[in-house]
Amino acid sequence: MNERHVYTEYHPRWLRSRPSTYWWLQRRAYLSFITRELSSIFIAWFVVYLLLLVRAVSLGNSNYQAFLEWSRHPVVMVLNVVTLFFVLFHAVTWFNLAPKAIVVHLGRKRLPGSLISAANYGAWVAATAFVLWILLAGD
Amino acid sequence: MHKRSPEPLLWLLFSAGGVASALFVPVLVLLFGLAFPLGWLSPPSYEHLYNLVHHPLTRLVLFGISVVSLFHAAHRFRFTLYDGLQIKHLNEMIAVGCYGGAVVLSIWAAYLLRQIG
Repeated sequence: MNERHVYTEYHPRWLRSRPSTYWWLQRRAYLSFITRELSSIFIAWFVVYLLLLVRAVSLGNSNYQAFLEWSRHPVVMVLNVVTLFFVLFHAVTWFNLAPKAIVVHLGRKRLPGSLISAANYGAWVAATAFVLWILLAGD
Repeated sequence: MHKRSPEPLLWLLFSAGGVASALFVPVLVLLFGLAFPLGWLSPPSYEHLYNLVHHPLTRLVLFGISVVSLFHAAHRFRFTLYDGLQIKHLNEMIAVGCYGGAVVLSIWAAYLLRQIG
């Protein structure tokens, strides 16, 4: 007996069609959902890349130069261009979604979502400027 | 005694990692993945980068960003597999694989950032 099929008396078989494995190609919204989901792979890749940089720096100047040389390899560059696309997609969707996750009340009024998005984008600009400054200034 | 679900903690790490990676990763990819390799900007000198990474605060921040971003990615990827491939019967194996990967890489991050100090 196959245990997965249980037929009961006076009860029709469940009509349940299995969605296609490619269901996410059917609509733009689905495609952007899956794009957002796949950004996870590229974030993980970038953490590994960053840690490889830290490792190279900890091992000395020649290792750092070797890392920079490796970062110019076409395969690594293409991977990082794709990573940039996915990471930007993650950042934009994340900040646009922030008003739905963060509800701030000021007295009895709720702060409008646009203000919360704006604050997030402001933080993004500040973080970016800070990273540029500590890496590039005074060198 | 009821067993506590780990889900709230995992969602918390997911959010923290989502914010950290959205704020810091784009500029870092742009610099180390594109601008320096293509020569748009000259990369920081070894001494500058070493002093920067050597600083305890930098190491702490790098560790924090790495760990939450890894758990963010693991959590999201777990649900990508769950929703995208319809392999619900492999749920537990997927969870162990995703979070296990994040744990292993976090330990590696701790090791590297401790070593440079």
